[in-house]
Amino acid sequence: MKQEYTITVYTENHVGLLNRIAIMFSRRKINIESLNTSPSEIEGIHRFTIVIHETEEVVRKLTRQVEKQVDVLKAYYNTNDEIVWQELALYKVPTDVIAEKAKVERLLREHGARAVVIRKDYTIFETSGHREETDKLISVLEPFGLIEFVRSARVAIIKNSSGFHEKLKEFELDEPGEEIIENEYLDKGKDVFVM
Amino acid sequence: MQTIEAKTTLDINKQEVENITGSEAVLKALLAEGVDTIFGYPGGAIMPIYDALYDYTDRLNHILVRHEQGGIHAAQGYARTSGRPGVVFATSGPGATNLVTGLADAMIDSTPVVCVTGQVFAHLLGTDAFQETDVINITTPVTKWNYQVTDASEIPGVLAKAFYIAKSGRPGPVLIDITKNAQIQQFEYKGYQSCNHIRSYRPRPLIRKEYIEEAARLINAAERPFVIFGQGVILGKAEQEFKAFIEKGGIPSAWTILGLSALPTDHPLNVGMLGMHGNYGPNVLTNECDVLIAVGMRFDDRVTGRLDKYAKQAKVIHLDIDPAEIDKNVKATVPVWGDCKETLPLLSALLEQKVYPQWLQRFHDCTKKEIDTVIHAELNPAEEIMTMGEVIRELNEITGGDAVIVTDVGQHQMVACRYAKFNQSKSNVTSGGLGTMGFALPAAIGAKFGAKDRDVVAIIGDGGFQMTLQELGTVMQSKVDIKIIILNNRYLGMVRQWQQLFNDKRYSFVDIESPDFVALAKSYRIDGRCVSHRHDLKGAMKEMMAHRGAFLLEIMVGKENNVFPMVPQGCGVGEIRLS
Repeated sequence: MKQEYTITVYTENHVGLLNRIAIMFSRRKINIESLNTSPSEIEGIHRFTIVIHETEEVVRKLTRQVEKQVDVLKAYYNTNDEIVWQELALYKVPTDVIAEKAKVERLLREHGARAVVIRKDYTIFETSGHREETDKLISVLEPFGLIEFVRSARVAIIKNSSGFHEKLKEFELDEPGEEIIENEYLDKGKDVFVM
Repeated sequence: MQTIEAKTTLDINKQEVENITGSEAVLKALLAEGVDTIFGYPGGAIMPIYDALYDYTDRLNHILVRHEQGGIHAAQGYARTSGRPGVVFATSGPGATNLVTGLADAMIDSTPVVCVTGQVFAHLLGTDAFQETDVINITTPVTKWNYQVTDASEIPGVLAKAFYIAKSGRPGPVLIDITKNAQIQQFEYKGYQSCNHIRSYRPRPLIRKEYIEEAARLINAAERPFVIFGQGVILGKAEQEFKAFIEKGGIPSAWTILGLSALPTDHPLNVGMLGMHGNYGPNVLTNECDVLIAVGMRFDDRVTGRLDKYAKQAKVIHLDIDPAEIDKNVKATVPVWGDCKETLPLLSALLEQKVYPQWLQRFHDCTKKEIDTVIHAELNPAEEIMTMGEVIRELNEITGGDAVIVTDVGQHQMVACRYAKFNQSKSNVTSGGLGTMGFALPAAIGAKFGAKDRDVVAIIGDGGFQMTLQELGTVMQSKVDIKIIILNNRYLGMVRQWQQLFNDKRYSFVDIESPDFVALAKSYRIDGRCVSHRHDLKGAMKEMMAHRGAFLLEIMVGKENNVFPMVPQGCGVGEIRLS
């Protein structure tokens, strides 16, 4: 069954790596719904957050291929209930409408939006949340003359992850340790051996 | 951009700090890595490296090829017979793009190759300068790793990393693109330190003992175990460990096309070749074994046929160094990650000494059936016109199985791999995964430099030969002592065979004309001979092998002969056709 998966990739910060990772998806004709690169909890290590809509089998194989890349330290995939995620959205609306109609301000409040810039001609609001939430505000603002809208890629935190600090220590070692080859398959030995 | 960090194996000798150019640093790196041969072609953007090379010709043997594709195929051939990375030089733009086919070939066949390409000056990047092309992005999907150097001081570290990545783990091609300014630039050279650790790169997965134990338990309990092995055995230099493993377990073993020669042909447990044109027994009995042990192979679709009809009854043990291969095509019951050089002895230690006479007999019965229906007629044809198979049989008699056999792609490749005899490893060089026509002639050149003391025989079709025949110039100029057999059926035979079997004999553009190959060879000052009759074959072969220097032997074979057995595309291995 296809569903939304979030792939988290810890990488070195090298030129060209974004392309190397992106083409692994396009080669398989998989559309990337959202892609974010950012620093991670460790200086010098980058973190990609990639959202795709696929079956688990495809996602598992793809994650392994991503992890195989020389400059990739580790790649994980998670379903939506295994992560906490947010997207940031910006909305530009005419200031006169906001000023004249008290209803608009109430709507914005209800959606947790706050003003970032207020000018004579326009006002920019921002909100963050899941896609449905930021989408909802678009439809709410549209009747009042939404001038521009933009939304960021998803950023996600894996609920049961304890971060990368300890893992990195193992990566620095010459000999591989348990952490490095941890794997959803190998760690389910008991299930695996059921013939 | 971060600088590349290579963990040191040697201490830096402070007294040896000197100023050298980036170009010299490239050559010093090659020497430090033990490189003796470079295949390359100069051009504008790599001229500083070639200028530096002028002073290194006593230590580095540069082979001038006739096309960059020939250069990289030669490097592949070198890597396959020597077990060391092949090295290629090419210039920017067209020089670099001409490498792409070879990179893709090396990528899919896990061949260690290090390519150094020149690039325009760093300040010209992105300006559409003369012979500028975005080599890094073009080659990203077909390299294990690539990197652009714009500052000379990066060169020692980057090349150390390149060699380490190319040859470690599952080997593959690496491309280093060096801008012209970095080649010219002087920098403070602090010596060369080889690389043996990159924190983001895990070439050797941790071996899990419990999985080895589980695998051994399965094998010991098996009644009809079957080993299928690939190039992993050769790349891991684990031929002895592999032989000890199958001998202790008494397990019949079949090879993929790239696993060929890892086990001697006449080993009693060698039951033949897998796959589309493999042997009858290994294919049908894949679907009758109870434990299938895959060693260093990746279940290519040409091996498995239809996956939903592949070894469904068997428990699968998969030994591979590349974690991404586990479960990729065939679900493993027990995955054994790791270098088979290490995992096989661990597994062998837990095996019970066994033999399976009845099970092995099944393979022999299949072989007999295949001999009666296919092999005997192919090797000893009654018709007047020669077959490809009888040529290989004659060749076996002369070489005794000691030669390196390099094949191109097509019918002749399947026939050569099916029937050629091998006594030692690293003797079969062919383009397996990519199926690159034009591979054999340049690969044979490289194979000879990788195994100078051995006879190298290239077997090529009339079609494939015409794709890279310009490399005859390299054979001539560098006096490469290779023997070239062209099996000429005046068709693009494999495509024609498919058109005959599946497209109702609609022979669409497979009728190919050829030049006078012998005259062509002679124009390159290479001796040659053409044979059309059986009674001349043995004599011509002997003449070829006894000839000092390169020799081209064109052999006219049956126009519409087919390669059988065959697992038609979309069929299961059990549906193999004998005719």
